[in-house]
Order: sequence, then C-alpha cells, then structure tokens
Amino acid sequence: MSLEIILRSGLSTGTILLFAAIGEILTELAGIQNLGVEGMMLLGAMAAFKTALATGSPWLGLLAGIAAGGLLSLAHALVTIHFQADQVVSGLSLTFLGTGLALVLGEGLTGQNAPLITNATIPLLSKIPWLGRIFFADLNILVYIGYLLIPISWWYINKTRPGMHLRAVGEKPAAADSLGINVYGVRYLYTFVGGCLAGLAGAAISIAISPGWYSNLTTSGQGWIAVALVIFAQWNPLRAALGGYLFGMLRRFMLDLQGPMLLFGLRNPFFYNHNLVFFLQMMPFVLTIIALVWGSASARRLRIGAPAALGIPYVRGERG
Amino acid sequence: MSLPYHLRIQKRTEEVPRWLPLATSVGAIVLAFLISALILQLIGGNPIKTFGYFFNAAFGSWGALSDVVVKATPLLLIGLGCGLAFRMRLWNIGAEGQFYIGAFFASLVPLVPLVDMETTPKFVILLMMALLGMLGGGLYGFIPGWLKAKFNVSEIISTLMLNYVAVFFNNYWIYSEFSDAGFQMTPVFAKSAWLPRLADYAREVKAFSGITLHLGVVFGLIAAFIIWIIMTRSRWGYEINLIGDNPQAARYAGINITRNVILVFMLSGALAGLAGMSEVSGVVHRLQERISTNYGFSGVIVAWLAKLNPFATILVSFLFGALIVAGREIQPSGLYFFIQGTILFLVISSDVLLRYKFELFRTAPEAAK
Repeated sequence: MSLEIILRSGLSTGTILLFAAIGEILTELAGIQNLGVEGMMLLGAMAAFKTALATGSPWLGLLAGIAAGGLLSLAHALVTIHFQADQVVSGLSLTFLGTGLALVLGEGLTGQNAPLITNATIPLLSKIPWLGRIFFADLNILVYIGYLLIPISWWYINKTRPGMHLRAVGEKPAAADSLGINVYGVRYLYTFVGGCLAGLAGAAISIAISPGWYSNLTTSGQGWIAVALVIFAQWNPLRAALGGYLFGMLRRFMLDLQGPMLLFGLRNPFFYNHNLVFFLQMMPFVLTIIALVWGSASARRLRIGAPAALGIPYVRGERG
Repeated sequence: MSLPYHLRIQKRTEEVPRWLPLATSVGAIVLAFLISALILQLIGGNPIKTFGYFFNAAFGSWGALSDVVVKATPLLLIGLGCGLAFRMRLWNIGAEGQFYIGAFFASLVPLVPLVDMETTPKFVILLMMALLGMLGGGLYGFIPGWLKAKFNVSEIISTLMLNYVAVFFNNYWIYSEFSDAGFQMTPVFAKSAWLPRLADYAREVKAFSGITLHLGVVFGLIAAFIIWIIMTRSRWGYEINLIGDNPQAARYAGINITRNVILVFMLSGALAGLAGMSEVSGVVHRLQERISTNYGFSGVIVAWLAKLNPFATILVSFLFGALIVAGREIQPSGLYFFIQGTILFLVISSDVLLRYKFELFRTAPEAAK
C-alpha cells in the first residue's frame, strides 16, 4: 500500500466517473435528468470493445462507444422532451434498455482481447519532481483527456454564451424561450452530449482503464455513482472531478487494505477473515450515501439547488 | 398546406376514455415484442421460433404455469410496494435491497434458530418469518425515507446504493456464519419453515405432484386487496394521494409530509421484505446468492405498467412472471432486459396519447390551394 499507487489508481478509475459525471452535469443543467447513465455506459463499453475488436483500432472503438451512448440518450430525449414523460421512469427504462442491448449485442465478447488505448507520458510535465511522476507519467491517454475536460467544461458552462444559454434553459425555460433560445434544441443537444460522455466513460472502462468485457459487471454500478456524484458536486465540474478522483482513490485504498497482515501495527482483520471484505466492498456505496447527505446539507446551507427546471417538461405557453 | 390530410395535436380537456389506458398499455407490450423480434432477426436469430419457445416455456403445461405464478409472486408484492411509493412520487428503486434484507431477517428464524424448529407449530414459525421479513424490509426502507424527509437526500440514489449494500451484507452471512460447510449458501431450512406447496398435497390430489405453487401468492393477493382498501377507502390513502398530486396543498391542509414519507417508504420496504421471505421460504428454502432475478427492478416496471393500480398489478406481474420463466430458457440472456426496457419505454411514451388528442383532418379544399 503506497500513497503513490493509490493516487495514480484514483486518477485512472476516477477518470471514468469524471466523464460520466460531467456529461450528466451538462444534461441536468439543461433541465433534463437522465438516470440512464449506467445503461449508456454499458452500451458504450460494449460498442467500444466490439468495434475495437472488429476493426483493430481502439480509437474507432472509442468513437463507437461515444456514438452508442449518444444515440441511446436520444431515446430519453425524445420521450422526455417531446412526449413529456416522467424523467425518472424514462431514465430507469433507459438503463434497462441499454443493459439489455449491451448484453444481447455483447454475446461472446467475454474473454476476447481487443486492442487498447495505451498509456503515455507527457514529455515536459513528467519531469516535475514527484508531481510529474504521479500525474503525468505512464497514465492512460484518456486520463489526460480527462484533465483537459475539467477546465474546458467549467469555462464553457460559466464563461461562454452557449453555456449561459444552457443554464438559462435549465433555470427558466420560458424566459430563455422568450429570448429566442431554442429550448427543445438545447435540451436535445445536451442530453445527447451527456450520452456521448457516458458512452466515453464506458469505453474508457472496456478498452482503456480496466479493459475487457464482463457483461453487466463491466460497469458494476459506476453509472449510478456518477449520478450521485453530480448532486454531491452541486453541478460544478471541478467538484465532480475532485469527487471522482477521490472516489477512485478510496476504491483502491479498500482493495489495498486486504493485502497486509498488519494494519497500523494491528492484526489486519481483513487479512485473517476474508469474508469481512464484503464490508469493504460495501463502503463505496455507503460513502456515496454519506457524501449525498453531506452534499445536500451544504447545498441547502449555501442555497445551491438543482437547476430550477430540472425534471419539469417545458411546454410553450404553459405556466412556468 | 398542400397535403390532403393534416394532423392536429390538442391537449385533452375532457376525460380520457376508459378503455384508452388499457389499450395503450397492451399496444405498448405488443409493440415491444415486435421490436424485440426485429432485433433478434437483425442479430441472426429466429424470432418466430424463439417466441414460440418462449410461449411454450411459460404456458405450455400446468407445471410451467405454476412456475409463472411462483415468479409473479415476488413481483406482485414488490410492484404493490413500489406503486404505493410512486403514488406519492417517491422513487423507491431499492426493492431489490429490501427484498434481500427481508429474506435475511426471515431466514434468521430457522438459521439461528430463534425458536425450536421441531416443536413449535408450523403456523407460528411461518408467521414469525413473515413478520420478521416485513420488519427487515421495513427497516431497510426506513433509511432512504428518513434521509429523504430529514436531509432531502435523493431517494433514487440512496435506494440504489442500498441495493448494493444489501447484497454484500447478505453475502457476508452466507459465506461465513451461516455457510453450509463452506459453500456459498446456508443449509436447507427445516421443513417447518417451508411455505406449504401444492406439491405437498400430491398424495391426496394426484394432479398436484410436482406443482411448485406455494402459499406466497396468497400473501400477494391479500396485500393487493389491502393496498386497494388503503388507497381508495382510508384517510391515509387520501393523504398519500393528495401529497402525490399536490404537496403544497397537502402541507396547507396540515398533513404531516415527513411522517408520511417515512411511513410509505417503510410499508413499501415491508412488502419487498415479505417478497423476500416468500421467496426463501416458498422457493429456495435456504439463503443464498442471487435469490432475486432482478425482482426489485422488474417490480418498478410492473408498478408503472399497472398504472399504480393494485388489481392491475396482479395481471401485469403475471405477465412478467411469464417473461422471467421464458427468459431463463432463451438466448441471448440479455433479451429479457431488453424487452423489459422497451415495454417500459413504450408505455411511458404512449402516455402522450392520454394527454393529447391526435386527430387527422381532411384539409379543406380552400386551404389545399
């Protein structure tokens, strides 16, 4: 168990959550809650793996994963925006749909070896003492793409005109509409972008960070954790990234706890009674709940809420 | 406009015709099967053969039919619980976890054992198991209800997370304390902890031999009736409906929303817990991994498809029981999820037909110019 390994592992697995959570933030800022992240991720993971296997190119696989997540999200967009269906139920069905589709189309992929997106070292930055070795050396290329996505998405949401329109649509769609912003168009766009990022997150699992296709164990609930992360992050990409990395580190830490015979000078219970590991496996989920309690409390204190129109269908000419 | 016909979409102002909700639900199910058939065809399967097999596996014999009802039982109980919570716009997605905890609590009776399994009357043992199952599920439902009411924590996320926690919790016990000689399951319960099955009466009635139908289905039917009474005939049901329709008005009317959120969550969990008890006591007869084939999530769909109506829940859970029984047999295994997801999607999409009126008009000759 070393700090360096935990940090680096957190950066890698955190990247998966980061992609999915930032995607969901963009979708929710437009007023659409998409609970189908898990399904979109799984479909993305399958599509990426299958395409990489068939074409021999991991990058084509990555594109396929992104496209698969995006396409699936359009079903949610259509049903919630045009048909004004309940977003929670639609998101849940999207999870079923994505999971089912991924399992059907992913038959026989288990145990195969697809070409993977490789690790890379950033030339100059990796020379920085200690930090360079941790943050910029021999990590997956997607981790670096994650680094770039954090400031870009923050800047886009808070400092650009389209970002302003995005938030307007999520806060007060009627006002945005009266200013000539195409509310339906914006909602479709960001639901799609969110789906693409969820697909990317899935692809990041299957062909990059923990490669392979293990049917629905490939994502093993990370899509749900990403949704929780959005609330914890209070719709801020910077906080989402931090949360994602922290979560990744905690996961690794739980894993490392099982190894040594002595823990802080005491007999390590997890080493001697392997069944106690089940309690360690619970921890990410318990911690998510605790983070949510904490997140909702601080959101209430700071009066940060969800986008005001989140979950409410917009119909031109109706009150609201 | 030069088209000879045009479509006019209008918000419905009058009552929805009584037959329409049923028609849209049935239409959605039929369409979902057609789409699944198309997908099967596209990936190189034979949809007609598969669905023929499907039908046979579910309805081909008395034994198969009884299997369907056995699978429908937990779905019915869970669907009722979810429907109750959804009526208040509480998204209990945690029936899966409540099911596992209910099964665990109920299993304590024969495993610890809490009473002497030889001398205590079977009736008492089964009653204890049912009550403990409900208690376990209810307590597990209390957590998200309390977190929602006190800290405004999204119940969707908390219930989902608790599902994973429950599975690991269960695993701990079946791998360690209650493990049967190191296997990942507990020993088989004493016979006195088994819910009576029709097969038990095979000596008296020949036709019952091998029929696995057990008493749990009666729990489900009684629960459906009780929920119906609560929702339509009681003051509490009125409060639940009011909170669901208009929480603001409910608050002004002096209804205690916090208390109702927690209570409804607990009742919803208790029903899922009872489903867990019925499954371990009526079917599996031991505690083990994967006692649920996604009942918790299918229950969500069942509730929604039944439009939260307790009696419709009975019918829909029967259909989904058939889907599970047949789904075990067919490949690829993911098809079952896919059909479920498609049905749910189409049902919620079809709701637009209830809210809007779509009318086709012949364009007037003047306008056609």
